Amino acid sequence: MNYAVSPWAIAIFCTFVVAVLAISYHFARQTKSASGFYTAGGNIHWSVNGIAFAGDYLSAASFLGICGMIAFSGYDGFLYSVGYLAGWVVAMFVVAEPIKRLGKYTFTDALNAKFNSKGIQLAAAISTLLVSIFYLIPQMVGAGSLVTPLLGLPHEFGVIMVGTLVIIIVATAGMASTTYVQFLKGGLLLVFSLILVFLVLSRGVSTKPDQGGDVPFRDFHTVKVVSWDGQNIILADNGHAVAGVFSENAGKLVFVKLVKDGQTSFWKLNPAEMLLEETQTIAVRPDGSKLYNGEPKENGKFYQVGHMSRLVENGQEVQKSGTTDFFSFIKTIKDGTVVRWLKFMGLKDGEDKVTVYYQQPIAGKEVLKPGVKFKVDSAKGATTSDKVNFISLMIALFFGTAALPHVLIRYYTVPNPASARKSTIVAIAAIGLFYMLTLYMGLGAMVNGVLDLTNDNMSAPLLAKSFGVAIFAIISALAFATVLGTVSGLIIASSGAVAHDLMDKFFKVKMDERQKVMWGKLAAVGVGIVAMVLGILFKGMNVSYLVGWAFAVAASANLPTIAMILFWKKTTSRGVLASILSALGMILMSQETINEVYHLPHIKSLIPINNPAIISVPLSFLTLVVVSLLTQRQEAARQSRNEVQEGRA
Amino acid sequence: MHEPSSQWAKDHAASIKRVLGLWFVTLYATIYAGFIVINVVSPGFMAVDVGSFNVAIVYGFLLIIFAIFLAAIYNHICTHAEEVMTNMHPAEEAEALEEGHS
Repeated sequence: MNYAVSPWAIAIFCTFVVAVLAISYHFARQTKSASGFYTAGGNIHWSVNGIAFAGDYLSAASFLGICGMIAFSGYDGFLYSVGYLAGWVVAMFVVAEPIKRLGKYTFTDALNAKFNSKGIQLAAAISTLLVSIFYLIPQMVGAGSLVTPLLGLPHEFGVIMVGTLVIIIVATAGMASTTYVQFLKGGLLLVFSLILVFLVLSRGVSTKPDQGGDVPFRDFHTVKVVSWDGQNIILADNGHAVAGVFSENAGKLVFVKLVKDGQTSFWKLNPAEMLLEETQTIAVRPDGSKLYNGEPKENGKFYQVGHMSRLVENGQEVQKSGTTDFFSFIKTIKDGTVVRWLKFMGLKDGEDKVTVYYQQPIAGKEVLKPGVKFKVDSAKGATTSDKVNFISLMIALFFGTAALPHVLIRYYTVPNPASARKSTIVAIAAIGLFYMLTLYMGLGAMVNGVLDLTNDNMSAPLLAKSFGVAIFAIISALAFATVLGTVSGLIIASSGAVAHDLMDKFFKVKMDERQKVMWGKLAAVGVGIVAMVLGILFKGMNVSYLVGWAFAVAASANLPTIAMILFWKKTTSRGVLASILSALGMILMSQETINEVYHLPHIKSLIPINNPAIISVPLSFLTLVVVSLLTQRQEAARQSRNEVQEGRA
Repeated sequence: MHEPSSQWAKDHAASIKRVLGLWFVTLYATIYAGFIVINVVSPGFMAVDVGSFNVAIVYGFLLIIFAIFLAAIYNHICTHAEEVMTNMHPAEEAEALEEGHS
C-alpha cells in the first residue's frame, strides 16, 4: 500500500527524540566511572529497572513482529508471546539473584567469578558479541523498514538515524541514560497498547470494516463460471474477456487473467462453487518496476484487507457486533468466519513475475488454535521434522531469554540481589500484560480492514491509524522508540564485552577509571557503526531467523553454563569452555545457518532441523558434565596455582 | 577467586531460595512442557471451547498469569526468609553494615 506521511508522526517522533537526548545530556555529567557507564552506578530503583527490563525486552520483534504474525496467522503468533514470557520464569528463579551476586558489569564476570580462566573470558565475550550482533541486525533492519512508510525516508536513512541516536544515548551516559529511555518507552508502550486494545473492543467487529468511516470497505468481487474443463473456462459475465489461465501447484491453484475496459486483473478459481474470486497482485516487470493491481503504487489501488465474512451474535447472523469486551471479542471471532489472505509467488505472465494474494475464508475456531502457521497437526500434513522444529523453537524461547546479554547486564543496575529479584517481578508483570494484549491487537488488525499484505510488521501501527492520526502518530513513535531502546541495551552489552571483558580482563590493558569509560564509549561507537552497516547490508533478509538464532545461541551457549556453575559444584573451567564452544559450533553448522548466513543451500547439515536448540541445549549440558568430570584434577591444580599467585600478589 | 565482583553481606537464605527457585522453575517448566506437548500431539484439543475462549487461549493466558503469580509468591517467601535468617545472625549483619560504612 501507499503510505501518506503523517506530520503528527514526525512531530511526536521528534518530541521523543528530544526527550531522549535531554535524558542523555542530564545523565552524561554523572558518568565518570566504569561502574557509572556499565551499571548506572548500581543505583537504579528496582521498580524503574523492572519497567526498563520491559523496555529492553519488548523489541521490534515483540511489538511489530508478534502483532503482525497474529494478524496474519492467528493464534500461532501468540505462541511466541507465551514462549517469550515463559523464559522470564528461568530468569526469575534461576538467574536473577546469583548473577547479581557473582557479577560486576557483565555476564562474563559472573561466569568467570569462580574460575578466573582466560578461556572462559574469551568464549563468553565472543558468545555475548555474537548474540548481541545477531539480535542487533533485525532491530536495525526493522528501523529501516519502519522509516519508509512512517516518515517517507529511505531504508538506509532509518538505519543511520537509529544508529546515530543510539550511539549518542550510549556514548554520553551509558547505562543510566539507556535505563531511563527504556523506562519511558516501556511505560508508554504498555499504556498506549492498553488504550489501543480498549478502542478495538469498543469498536466491535463488522463484516464490512470501514476504519471508523475513514476508508470505505473494499468488497472484492466474484464472477460466475459457466464451465471449466481443466483448460478452458467460460464465464457468465460477457463483460470480462479471458486473457490467460494459469494452473499452479499441480493444478491445486488456478488463476485466471481477465481484461475489462482495458484493465487487467487476476482471479482465483473456486471450482467447488464455480466462481472466480478477485485477487490482488504485484507484478514485477522486466525493467524492475512494479505494478500494484495493474497500476503504479501511487494510484492507491492496492487495498488494505482483513475482515470477517460471517458474524454470529446470540445465534443470529449479523453484519456488525456491538461493543465487545475481553471475552465477547474472542467469542465473536471464534463463532464466525475470518477471511485470510494467502500469497502465491512466482506466477509468470509473459515477462512479468506476478505475486498473487488471494482470499481464504477460514472458521474462526481454526484461527484461534495452533496450526495455521506452524505445522503441528498430522491431520494437515505435519511431519515429525515440522513438529521437532516447533518444539525446538519453544525450547529456545524458554531457555534463551534468561541468557540474553542485554537482559543479563540489567541485573547490575540495581543496588542488591533482592532488588534484582524484585525488578524481575515487575518485568514479568509488565511483559506478561503486554503479551496478553498482543492477542487483541493482532486479532483486531486481522478483522478491521487495516492489513497491508506487503508488510505484516505494520499491522499494529495501521490498526492504530484506523482510530485517528493522533494515536497512530504515538504508536509509530513508540515503534521507533522500541527499536531505539533495544538497540541501546544491546550496544551497552557489546561495549562491555569488548572494553571490559576483552580489553580490561582478557588482554589486561592497563586503564584507569577515566580510560575505562573512554574505551567503553569508543567500543559503543564501534559496535554502533557495525550495527548500522549490517542493518543496511541485511535489508530485505528474513530477520525473524536472526532473532531465533540469537535465542538459540543464548539458550545453548550461555544458559547451561550459568545454571551448572550455580547448581553443580564439580563444574570446571574446561567444562564451561567446552560447553560454550560445542553449542556455538552446533548452531554455526545448523542447516538454517548454512542456508541463510553462508548462502550454501546445496550443503546438507548433519543437523537437519532449522532451530537446533532441541539438540544443542542438552548437548551443551552433557558436554559440560562430561568434560568437568574428566578435568577434576586439572581444575584442582589450576585453582592451587591461582591461590599461590594471589598469595604472592 | 579473582577480584571480588561486589561485596554483599552473607546471604543466609541463599540455600532456601535456591531450592525454592529450582522447585518453582521445575513446576513451571512441566506446565509449559504440557502446553507444547498438547500443541504437537493433539492440536484439536486446543480448539475445545472453554466459555468464550478455547483451551489454547486459556492455557496460554494461564501460563502468563501463573508466571506472575509464582514470581510474587517466590518474592514473598524469599523476603520473609531473608528477614528471619538475618535476625538469626544479627552479629554478622552488624559487621557487614559497619564494613559498608567504613
